Amino acid sequence: MTVVDNINEVLELDHVESHLHPEPSYDVATHPVPTGLEEIWRFTPLKRLRGLLDGEPSDAHLTWEQQLPEGVTLSEISTEEAQGLAVSAPLDRLGALAAANAGGAVLLDVPADLVVDEPIRITLSGDSVDSTVWGHVVIRVGLHAKATVLIDHVGSAVYDAFTQVVVGDGAQLDLVTINDWADDAVHAEQINVRVGRDATVRAFEFTLGGDLVRTSTNVDYAGAGGSADLFGVYFADAGQHIEHRLFADHTAPRTRSNVLYKGALQGKDAHTVWVGNVLIRKVAEGIDTFEQNDNLVLTDGARADSVPNLEIETGDIAGAGHASTTGRFDDQHLFYLQSRGIEEDEARRLVVHGFFNDIIRRIGIPDVQERLVKAVEHELADV
Amino acid sequence: MSTLEIKNLHVSVETEDGPKEILRGVDLTIKSGEVHAIMGPNGSGKSTLAYSIAGHPKYDVTDGEVLLDGQNVLELSVDERARAGLFLAMQYPVEVPGVSVANFLRTAKTAIDGEAPKLRTWVKDVNAALERVTLDPTFAQRSVNEGFSGGEKKRHEIAQLELLNPKFAVLDETDSGLDIDALKVVSDGVNRYSEQGDRGVLLITHYTRILKYIAPDFVHVFVAGRLAETGGRELADELEASGYDKYVKASSAADAAGAAAV
Repeated sequence: MTVVDNINEVLELDHVESHLHPEPSYDVATHPVPTGLEEIWRFTPLKRLRGLLDGEPSDAHLTWEQQLPEGVTLSEISTEEAQGLAVSAPLDRLGALAAANAGGAVLLDVPADLVVDEPIRITLSGDSVDSTVWGHVVIRVGLHAKATVLIDHVGSAVYDAFTQVVVGDGAQLDLVTINDWADDAVHAEQINVRVGRDATVRAFEFTLGGDLVRTSTNVDYAGAGGSADLFGVYFADAGQHIEHRLFADHTAPRTRSNVLYKGALQGKDAHTVWVGNVLIRKVAEGIDTFEQNDNLVLTDGARADSVPNLEIETGDIAGAGHASTTGRFDDQHLFYLQSRGIEEDEARRLVVHGFFNDIIRRIGIPDVQERLVKAVEHELADV
Repeated sequence: MSTLEIKNLHVSVETEDGPKEILRGVDLTIKSGEVHAIMGPNGSGKSTLAYSIAGHPKYDVTDGEVLLDGQNVLELSVDERARAGLFLAMQYPVEVPGVSVANFLRTAKTAIDGEAPKLRTWVKDVNAALERVTLDPTFAQRSVNEGFSGGEKKRHEIAQLELLNPKFAVLDETDSGLDIDALKVVSDGVNRYSEQGDRGVLLITHYTRILKYIAPDFVHVFVAGRLAETGGRELADELEASGYDKYVKASSAADAAGAAAV
């Protein structure tokens, strides 16, 4: 019996025939090399992955710098130990390759009942795109613990990571990921989150830099009453491909998922992809889910793909909905601000700032909020 | 002493069947110190008049002028009109997510005055303006109009009116959808503004109710895109008693006669 079978047995999950629910597996061979026509690959420019899908082993690493509050530990565990954790196995080839090639995982451990007010800060930096870096990260937040984890990606790298997040029963985790890469970076990551009974997760993802960034965040629930908010902000400039895939798999009753991603695009061939999948299983009675993606297209020549999918297998749900908007400035917003004397340029700045502040203000780490507001300001300077 | 003159204003909007004329020659002069009420049935073009004065891009001015102290504001952009001294309190104020009321008001005040307001007094001024319209000071930290009730949006418009203190205020159905308490709060705000003596008010409304609290110097009946009648307060009482039917019929009869003559 494999680890995956075990987990499914524990959760008493039925097999679901659905493209929203690929078979999780650590075995790379079960995830064939994509042709680019597959539903989960059709938006990704495979050539620009710089050979990641071939899976050549490499022992190159990113440089880790961390600030760990007292009681929080960082250690290395074996691949086998990581696979034994109660989190979904990789759902695609890139995730499986990262787990297979990383040669062990880095475990960030917040023990049970520990309440950490200071954010746990980790900076991962790379200095070249010459070699591939495989990463395997585990974030474990114990029973009733509370923590904020900030992971910052900077510099140049070809980086593929598999990140497992185990949130214990009654725990609270804020996970803030910033993808602030240099222009040539390639970053693929699969983040699989399992939310404990009555646990609360808020994930924030900010993607500003990189040639190609493709992240998949998959959330499921170990018990009733779990809650997940997945927030994202992205800014694509000319030539950049930024792809965010979200999957809320409602595997337990009375769970909650809320997805809100907002992006802006400017410049020739700026391309963003947002795919929001929600699966409400038979057992998931009384759940509440909403997913939303808004894109602001600032110039000609940019392209935003936005695909919400909702699959419902139970009739008893508290709420389920999705919304997606893609467009230019809302003329009504501009008219209202201008009618109060504010010049058009200034009004545009306010509207775009507001568009993103709507998410940034929820983070609750003042220096990070300030940095992101400045980053938005910087991006807008070119408009 | 300022004057707002609307002269022979013709305005069209684009429809599926081509341009449709909504305003068909509006003439109206408002002097500072005066309160003018424009009353009319739904679809008569009252809101089009308000938005055209403010410069909403949806409305195409095909003829006429709007002069503020002799300057044709139709040649100005929306923000230039506001800086010249015009203010439109909207029937449906727009929600602007992520932009705080405090930031919005400070940016607007800076734009209107040409310099940033003094930090020390400004916060007090904003809080006082919000308090006068019975909005809690915490509204300053909320996104502009987002999640506000209908009444809160209207009271926020009036707080802006008092803070920006324009030469002329156009109030587009500011009374619609308000309960009696909110109506009094809004009316008190408009009265404080107009009692400065050198400010003009163009009050657009469907109902006579608000005229119990705001005393107009002139009442105009607006039908089918132009003024059909002008009088004093007594005209409002007459409308209250007999409605717009008489004016609507006269207007259609005139149009029919005009068409026949062609």
